[in-house]
Amino acid sequence: MSNPSQSKPQSVPVDPAMLAALGAVDRSLRFPVVFFTGCAILWLILASVLALVTSIQSFQPDFLSSLPCFTYGRLYPLASNAMLFGWGCNAIFAVSLWLIARLSMAPVRDGGILMIAGSFWNFGLTLGMFGILSGDLIPVESLELPGYATPILLIAYALIGAWGVQAFLSRQKKTVNVSQWYVLGALFWFPWIYMIAQFMVVWFPVRGVVQSIVSHWFNASFLNLWFTPIALAVAYYLIPKILGRPIYSYSLALFGFCSLVLVGSWTGMVHMIGGPIPIWLSSTSIVASVIMIMPVGVVVLNLFLSVKGSFAEMWRSLALRFVLFGIGSYLLAGIFGSAMAFHSVSEIVHFTTAISAYHQQLIYAFFSMVMFGGLYFMVPRLSGREWPSADLIYLHFWGSAVGILIIVFALFVGGLISGIQMNDPEVPFVEIAESLVIWLKMNSIGIICLMVGHLAFAVNFFWLLVAGHLVSSKQGSVVLESTNQEGTT
Amino acid sequence: MKHFPVLFLFVLSGLALPFLGLVLSSYIQLGSLERMTENLSLDDEGNPIEGKPIEGEPLFPRKLPGVAQQGKAVYADLGCVYCHTQQVRRPDYGADIERDWGKRVTVARDYVTQKRALIGNLRIGPDLTTIGERQLDANWHHLLLYNPQTAFEGTSSMPRYPFLYKVQEVEGAPSANALQFEPDSKYAPKKGYEVVPTKRAEVLVEYLLSLKLDYSLPEAKIIEE
Repeated sequence: MSNPSQSKPQSVPVDPAMLAALGAVDRSLRFPVVFFTGCAILWLILASVLALVTSIQSFQPDFLSSLPCFTYGRLYPLASNAMLFGWGCNAIFAVSLWLIARLSMAPVRDGGILMIAGSFWNFGLTLGMFGILSGDLIPVESLELPGYATPILLIAYALIGAWGVQAFLSRQKKTVNVSQWYVLGALFWFPWIYMIAQFMVVWFPVRGVVQSIVSHWFNASFLNLWFTPIALAVAYYLIPKILGRPIYSYSLALFGFCSLVLVGSWTGMVHMIGGPIPIWLSSTSIVASVIMIMPVGVVVLNLFLSVKGSFAEMWRSLALRFVLFGIGSYLLAGIFGSAMAFHSVSEIVHFTTAISAYHQQLIYAFFSMVMFGGLYFMVPRLSGREWPSADLIYLHFWGSAVGILIIVFALFVGGLISGIQMNDPEVPFVEIAESLVIWLKMNSIGIICLMVGHLAFAVNFFWLLVAGHLVSSKQGSVVLESTNQEGTT
Repeated sequence: MKHFPVLFLFVLSGLALPFLGLVLSSYIQLGSLERMTENLSLDDEGNPIEGKPIEGEPLFPRKLPGVAQQGKAVYADLGCVYCHTQQVRRPDYGADIERDWGKRVTVARDYVTQKRALIGNLRIGPDLTTIGERQLDANWHHLLLYNPQTAFEGTSSMPRYPFLYKVQEVEGAPSANALQFEPDSKYAPKKGYEVVPTKRAEVLVEYLLSLKLDYSLPEAKIIEE
């Protein structure tokens, strides 16, 4: 491999005092953030195993069908919850706490409380998972966790969010960075959208289709106001930091942020076009979804202009390679998200796996890939140890990149075909199901690739924890390429 | 940072406005919907009165009988909703009506009695809004749940639900509720054995049989051909 540390432009002089302060911030968060990262990785492994099982069940329905807890209808929500609330949220907690403390130059006090909060979150989630397995699931997408588990999550989050905001309030730096807007916004939005959804869908369910409306509003907000801003914060932080040059345009960044805030949460009802809801509801979301191309386009444009001419360099930095892949995927997801809002497209893709492809594109190809990049950059700084193996990082990247490309392609094409067949009443339904099988098999192959990547990631991470200090001396810098630039935030 | 209050208000509006605009307003508009007769009652000049049912006529949608209500819980906890929708799209939008999944479009009022609306997002299997009209035979449903291959040999991607059934030795006369397999079906139990539904299977099939869209609503009439 090429050594990434050779080609770093040194645009800003290093301030030793700032380096020391950053070190103090990192040390104050070491245990909670490593804990969150470890949990995130374990959930990720579980999610990919479950995703593989359900994907096999989707074309091999007899696979593990003899017990109620292994039936597709329970394992499927289990996999998606492990992905969203296990991997996604733990990774968000790890990265956003670290980002906000670092950007505020404020060491976190009483990090032990965060460990307790983290334990509660993961305990609540595990409890909810067993609830789903034993048949207590709420049959509403992304809100399946039973009502007795979610209060634990909310209480745990209250502590985590409070610590994040506290770190921001005690900031030593006067200027506020783009990444901080995104993180603060997300930390504020998440508890509200989750709590409202809990009240209206889980604890005191509203009647009839209003419930579906709330759940679609929740899902759109969860993706656009929780996952997306954190991933963008990571991208906005890492790119200038590793490349050693500022973001192309402050105004574009501001515009991108504001437009996301304005339309992000309005888009959910596109999934109910033609459904049993008033037309004005779906029309509102159609307009919002079309406008959504703006925040996506502006952010991607700004980031690409920031790295213009340095793509090779970005590719060489392993952390940025993940981010680059993620940002490219965000653009594709944005284009598809807007296209989906048009009646002619929606008529075909509605109710098909093409919608799942869109979600995978957003949740995995964009969000997760950027978060991987963030974790690869963050963990060595927190732990003071190098990643034991660069090869495992390459394996992770290629496993994930190839895997998600296969998955999205398979689900998208399969969805388009079945959508077209579904709208032709001459095609009997069994034929639609049959022609989808080949694409579902392809999807499984993609998931196997992801699993290889995730296992490489997990091995590398736990190896680093157990024996990282043994390897660091002989192998040299792997991802920890820019310690010489820590002063340039 | 002097703009902090402005930024905060802005961030708040990003949450509050969509909540008010999508969630709360639809709650206000749709939350008050009630069941209705097939036609509205008329005023003196013969014009229908908005929201006024005809006295004495049955209200729709019907309330689910208790057994079907229990069956719905089984439908929910087995996650059927991840592959089956329960909504019929309008005639010019998709082919739901041509596929005979319902004679008319479903509207918000069709769901007002439902504590848990299982309208679904994905159609790996067919829509089930009217499955109780399309398949009237309880035995057909039981066979499908016990082993979908009985109905769709080799083509169904629906899982089996063997845990909803008991395979038991026939003692004396066969049980009245035992599943009736096709003659020579390779999915039938061994000779001298029978497959009987558990309570959960019975209520689930009751629920499926109750799924019908055989009534009109003032805003969505069945147009007879």
